[in-house]
Amino acid sequence: MVLGTYKQITLGRSTDKQIQKISQDGGIATALLCFALDEKIIDGAVVAGPSDEMWKPMPTVAMTSDDIMAAAGTKYTLSPNNWMLKQAVRQYGLEKVGIVTIPCQTMGIRKMQSYPFGVRFMADKIALDIGICCTENFPFESLRTFISAKAGVDFDLVEKMDIGKGKFWVHTQDDVISFPIKETHGYEQNGCKVCLDLVSELSDISTGSIGAPDDWSAVQVRTDIGETVFKKAVDAGAIELKPIDEGKFGLEMLTRLAKSKKEKAMKVIDERKAMGLPVPYKASSEKEDPLANV
Amino acid sequence: MIARIKEFLGMEAQPKEVASEQEVEKVAEEKAKPRIGYIHLSGCTGDVMSLSENYDILAPLLTEMVDIVYGQTLADVWEMPEMDVALVEGSVCLQDEHSVKELMEAREKAGLVVALGSCAATGCFTRYSRGGQQANPNHESFVPIADLIKVDAALPGCPPSPEIIAKTVVAVINGDMDYLQPMIDLAGYTEAGGSDLQYKVVNQALCIGCGTCAMACQTRALDMTSGRPELNEDRCVKCGVCYIQCPRSWWPADRINKDLGL
Repeated sequence: MVLGTYKQITLGRSTDKQIQKISQDGGIATALLCFALDEKIIDGAVVAGPSDEMWKPMPTVAMTSDDIMAAAGTKYTLSPNNWMLKQAVRQYGLEKVGIVTIPCQTMGIRKMQSYPFGVRFMADKIALDIGICCTENFPFESLRTFISAKAGVDFDLVEKMDIGKGKFWVHTQDDVISFPIKETHGYEQNGCKVCLDLVSELSDISTGSIGAPDDWSAVQVRTDIGETVFKKAVDAGAIELKPIDEGKFGLEMLTRLAKSKKEKAMKVIDERKAMGLPVPYKASSEKEDPLANV
Repeated sequence: MIARIKEFLGMEAQPKEVASEQEVEKVAEEKAKPRIGYIHLSGCTGDVMSLSENYDILAPLLTEMVDIVYGQTLADVWEMPEMDVALVEGSVCLQDEHSVKELMEAREKAGLVVALGSCAATGCFTRYSRGGQQANPNHESFVPIADLIKVDAALPGCPPSPEIIAKTVVAVINGDMDYLQPMIDLAGYTEAGGSDLQYKVVNQALCIGCGTCAMACQTRALDMTSGRPELNEDRCVKCGVCYIQCPRSWWPADRINKDLGL
């Protein structure tokens, strides 16, 4: 079960032309949040919004569809979204918060909900957690360095970044430059090396490009909440679906990459344990399923 | 009634086919009521206030299912009786012989001693005491109760949230030891502070910049800078919550999957 527990796996994309234009892939996160806001399933959402600096995201409380759309698209650097939950609940007074999280952030939220030691009246305010697939994350300076050094592009001229087909892609207004994803190794943050979760296994709905053709996302519906919201969004026509390809470029690829991330992480976890370094997860020898996120 | 509490808290202690609601209630009725004492040392009363925020759901529980046998504000009793559980709020002042004596007596007379709140668990804010103040200038050093006695479980927080107190009470009544294990482990976590994040997470190459610590910090002593927690020591009260909530300090995977129905 390298993809975690899920009720449904499918390809999906937003039917909204504007979202299609600005989103990274299928625009699932954007479409779901906009839909949930319209339907009052959430009354605001924490997203990785724009900051004063190009490509440096800022955790933001989005109160309108415009705010949500302003945060569309992937930024390959750190955005501590969980931090902004406090503002969303305390300053903005939101009762039903949506949030977009990468796997580690999903884990922080779920731990807080099961064990809210110092977190008063926050656990019950998370109405929808949309998880996104994540292989690893880059500190901002790492990102800036390898974009300028390897793609030879001025950071400010970049219009879109993307990872796919084994390459890191940099789009500018009139050019598309790529270099092998392998060349980004060494730039990722170290904390990612013990991460056992590619697909946000604990989110309500997870989405990502791996296993999906261009302009579509592979979506996994996981919890009861996720199922209800996703079904509503599909029934309302906000999201269109098509079955995921079982083969080499579909489910097989998603499974293979999830497994490979787990195997690499388990190697690091076991090495760390052998050195006596702290790590919150069990060693291979301590667990039934050596690839489980425990 | 228990089922109602569990429903409210989103907890399911036992699978339905094993124990029906009636059976659980029957067990609860047959069990002797646990005798609870509340020992109030050097704390601000925030912890008992957090406890009392649960009155909606805990009123029947506190009145029907447990006996509060001792406590300054909760029971009209002078002599400390035998107790099953002693909840201790506040750190212990080494220069205050009454506090020291009361704590020692609680350890003797209670089956389980629980440090409720960060003052009792880690010393928290009272760690900063320098003495010399009005009324008792010699009251200078305040330490976590585990410095003097064996503590069985700790619920840190400044204060601990009403929810964690309610979840713990329910787990105690259900004998749900899996849920309580982190509290038992935390009984040994007495030297806490925001710098734990630096030493035990960031310096150990475990931080991923998720921001959970800064969200959890109850005094907003943490900011996120370049994707890492940055501590404002002037605001830190050494409650330990940032490290405790960090997804990279300990990871209760089984409980989370159960709570999510995954």
